[in-house]
Amino acid sequence: MAEILRVEELTKYFNTKSGLLHAVDGVTFSVEEGKTLGIVGESGCGKSTLGRVILHLHERTSGKILFNGEDISEVNAQKLHALRKDMQIIFQDPYASLNPRMTVGNIIAEPLKNYKLTKSKEESEKKVREMMDIVGLADRTYNLYPHELDGGRRQRIGIARALILDPKLVVCDEPVSALDVSIQAQVLNLLMELQKDRGLTYLFITHNLSVVKHISDDITVMYLGQMVEKAESNEIFRHQYHPYTKALISAIPVPKYNAPDNQIILKGEITSPINVGKSCRFAARCPYAKENCFNTEPVLEEVTKDHFVKCHYVKEINGF
Amino acid sequence: MSEKILDIKDLSIRYVTEEETVLAVNGISFSLDKGESIGLVGETGAGKTTTALGIMGLVPDPPGEITSGTIEFEGENLLEYPEKKMREIRGGKISMIFQDPMTSLNPVMPVGDQIREVVLLHNNVSKAEARSRAEEMLEQVGIPKERYDDYPHQFSGGMKQRVIIAIALACSPELLIADEPTTALDVTIQAQVLQLMKALRTQYQTSMILITHDLGVVAKICNKVAVVYAGQIIESGTLKDIYTNKQHPYTIGLFNSLPDIEHETSELKVIKGLVPDPSNLPKGCKFNPRCPYCTPECCENEVEMTALSDTHSVRCIHVGEFDREA
Repeated sequence: MAEILRVEELTKYFNTKSGLLHAVDGVTFSVEEGKTLGIVGESGCGKSTLGRVILHLHERTSGKILFNGEDISEVNAQKLHALRKDMQIIFQDPYASLNPRMTVGNIIAEPLKNYKLTKSKEESEKKVREMMDIVGLADRTYNLYPHELDGGRRQRIGIARALILDPKLVVCDEPVSALDVSIQAQVLNLLMELQKDRGLTYLFITHNLSVVKHISDDITVMYLGQMVEKAESNEIFRHQYHPYTKALISAIPVPKYNAPDNQIILKGEITSPINVGKSCRFAARCPYAKENCFNTEPVLEEVTKDHFVKCHYVKEINGF
Repeated sequence: MSEKILDIKDLSIRYVTEEETVLAVNGISFSLDKGESIGLVGETGAGKTTTALGIMGLVPDPPGEITSGTIEFEGENLLEYPEKKMREIRGGKISMIFQDPMTSLNPVMPVGDQIREVVLLHNNVSKAEARSRAEEMLEQVGIPKERYDDYPHQFSGGMKQRVIIAIALACSPELLIADEPTTALDVTIQAQVLQLMKALRTQYQTSMILITHDLGVVAKICNKVAVVYAGQIIESGTLKDIYTNKQHPYTIGLFNSLPDIEHETSELKVIKGLVPDPSNLPKGCKFNPRCPYCTPECCENEVEMTALSDTHSVRCIHVGEFDREA
């Protein structure tokens, strides 16, 4: 399988009044064509920023982004325009990400117009209607406005708009978080079907672990801007080696009667990403933290085949 | 043990506007014993929050109106209470936690004072006594009392939600209504808040109504469940009844549409279609347009609740006739 996206030591810092905010800090990963990489973490861990930096919606501070083998870390406006055709994004909020004054048909046709891909109005309309059919939007909604549709249908508009250019990579930033469970399942199935039919590659950003497990091939867990664990999706749900991942997965309330109560309750809350020092960023909340954890930063190392963990004491904690 | 604290019978609430009449709640009945905790489960627009507002006497009128039913709390019908008496009850014997911790606190008032305010309002105590009670409540929800004078913007989402829990519990209510109390929180923080609510329930014997769409959260802290669809309870029972012996096609569909964390599945089973428009509900069983087992009879008459056991009831005429695993 060909590697489609690779990021190396990618960082994004924001200057704030109180200091440097380390939103993304030294993230390295690669994704193969047609696969899904799930990026999981809690609010403020930098997962959305990561997706946006890859699409150049934010400019990176340092590091490399390679797309189809080509270094796209620094691109001019013209190149970026060409690039965006292959890299699209589906946003979290189907209410805020659609122009309320445009009809469904016009919203989906906008990218075609932007890239001058159709010769006539008729051709564009035909393409839009085809796309609407693919994502399951009824033809009669063509002339409606977003406010006339429910959240699930709006999210389908967002998907149609992202896919009409036939992109290779789609960043899905919490695409189902705003939807009800029964609708969430419909949209997830649609995304997976589209991936199969069109060979799409997804970067799937979410805080919902059961959703990410369902859709991803590989999963990366982020904490305060850094990757703390990365493995194949089923593997990470079988074995979690990082104390944070352990707590995160144990915290999911299981919809079962008499589910065993073996939750690890973390103390405290996510610490500030501003002016972080040389330490393990999870140390303050970690039940296993030792003095060393507060002084030196651990490295991401391979503990079993293709399973990476960033923890000084991963061997001791897991009894390797 | 089984001292009935809340008994709702045939509650119906609608919203009337010039364009349409929205039938938000259509004959909901359930009861709650002291120390019990019921989960009202359903999707957006099912009528869960309107039911809660009905109990609190907070349905905006107009456009809202309660068209039928009784809400008996400790043996008295709350719907007959004058507003003044309801004000005494709210925040005192019955309190409510709203979904969004970001918007339900006053941004220009120290959090401690917001807790003290409730204590002063409902108890005959001095300001100093109320303050020490407020400090005690902060500690109880895991916030150091030194932060009494801080403002809401100085707290994170999880801590704000704890402040709200502290306000709701400051007067040791008999009944606590929690509307999606953890939806806006991250999972590890959600786990902390749920643990806290569970501990408080055991400690104070507070009865609880938990409104949520998250079946996992219900399994953690409730002992009874009512599944709400289009303003009606379509299945109710103990936690065990609903989680191990679900009968209504909607309940089954709801559980099936959750991605399973323990098993590997390729495609999620979905409930086709959408929640019906409450201003234009289907005739007969409200679930019939989406139901895989729908027959012509389902589209004719209103379906009544059928009791399957002392605790378990379901609103479906074909109950038991279809294969629940399919």
